[in-house]
Amino acid sequence: MSEAIRLKTPLSDADVEKLKAGDKVFLNGVIYTGRDAAHKRLYDLLMEGKPLPIEVKGQVIYYVGPAPAKPGQVIGSAGPTTSGRMDAYSPKLIEIGLKGMIGKGMRKKEVVEAMKKYKAVYFAATGGAGALLAKAIKKAQVVAYEDLGPEAINRLEVENFPVIVVNDTKGNDLYEEGMRKYAR
Amino acid sequence: MREINAKQITEAVKKLCIDANYYIGDDVLAAFDRGEKVEESPVGKEIFQQLKENARIAREEEVAYCQDTGLAVVFVEMGQDLHVVGGDFNAAVNEGVRQGYQEGYLRKSACHCFSRANTKDNTPAVIHLEMVPGDKMKITVAPKGGGSENMSTVNMLSPSDGMEGLKKRVVDWVKQAGSNPCPPVVVGVGIGGTFEQTALIAKKALLRPLGQKNPDSQVAAVEADLLTRINNLGIGPQGLGGRITALAVHVEMIPCHIASLPIAVNINCHAHRHKEAVL
Repeated sequence: MSEAIRLKTPLSDADVEKLKAGDKVFLNGVIYTGRDAAHKRLYDLLMEGKPLPIEVKGQVIYYVGPAPAKPGQVIGSAGPTTSGRMDAYSPKLIEIGLKGMIGKGMRKKEVVEAMKKYKAVYFAATGGAGALLAKAIKKAQVVAYEDLGPEAINRLEVENFPVIVVNDTKGNDLYEEGMRKYAR
Repeated sequence: MREINAKQITEAVKKLCIDANYYIGDDVLAAFDRGEKVEESPVGKEIFQQLKENARIAREEEVAYCQDTGLAVVFVEMGQDLHVVGGDFNAAVNEGVRQGYQEGYLRKSACHCFSRANTKDNTPAVIHLEMVPGDKMKITVAPKGGGSENMSTVNMLSPSDGMEGLKKRVVDWVKQAGSNPCPPVVVGVGIGGTFEQTALIAKKALLRPLGQKNPDSQVAAVEADLLTRINNLGIGPQGLGGRITALAVHVEMIPCHIASLPIAVNINCHAHRHKEAVL
């Protein structure tokens, strides 16, 4: 496997345009958590023309609902959730400048098209490896929607958070390529 | 008649919820070792290494293997010569789930379907109660994550679809699920019974030790063929391409109506969690 590319958030168009499906990336800096309920709220605010509780431009959203932290832990287990459930909301967020999404599982055509048009990428983290991935999270703080419990938006500081590029800005898809290569 | 206090049930369920989420079974770890050896994709091999490391961290640091600690699915086999005293059986199970998810720092994932408001204690549990001979109570807790459960299905096939049609439906379904349910997966298949029974036996098939064949050789042959076909899809670990899409296929079969051929596919992710206790 190729060497990992180290990237620091926030990401620019140039940062994401360099990435190709299949690239291994270590993310560093701040990323935000958000899953079903938080996405619906962000989307509803955008539709009403109201300001969002977090800056989306240049940012990366991690689809995760972490387990509670034990005493002494920064965060509980924190692996990705299935991204497809965010497909209804993602194109709008990409349009206003979201540069990266971390999750697991396939994206709809509309999301892939938005990634091509507005320059964004979709990363996969290893689903189910929540205890391992939590080790790369150095700080966690709820910044919005605390009432949503595990679905609240957290600001995470990550060091070498390991992901793989699934969809790049050119429309390549690692899930399709990988399956084609190994199908019998 | 032997008596058991409801408090013992609560204690057992609490411990099983925590243990199932922290300690991945040796059968699963052995499957990861085999997978790492057999997998041809370099990325796939690396994913097996990550899963082994993840299991080690969860076990040693006593934290959840996956953040999705599931809805608590509780199977209870109740001896007919056993009498529950000192409280309500269902309440005792739910109290065990409440305490286990709170004290074990497990994620509470249960919510109201309309408001999506979290119930905040991971109840209600999903309880399947069965009466059996004897005076013991066997409790199995199998936490079920949402991602893999969403990729499950019940189909009422026609008898004319036959065995080939049935197998094709299962393989197509796993293909369609693709990377979503966190492969490498364990595939539970129910064949027969009625609409609800086929789903239940598909889930029960997942309680078997990983890779243990169905004792009926005809059913075991279906399991082996399905596993080969599923692994030929090339989906691979995490859907990134590779040889190992499923660690095992477990099939349960019971007779069905002459007009029917019900099948259910219940997919489990690699967090193939279940722990049992006998009281």
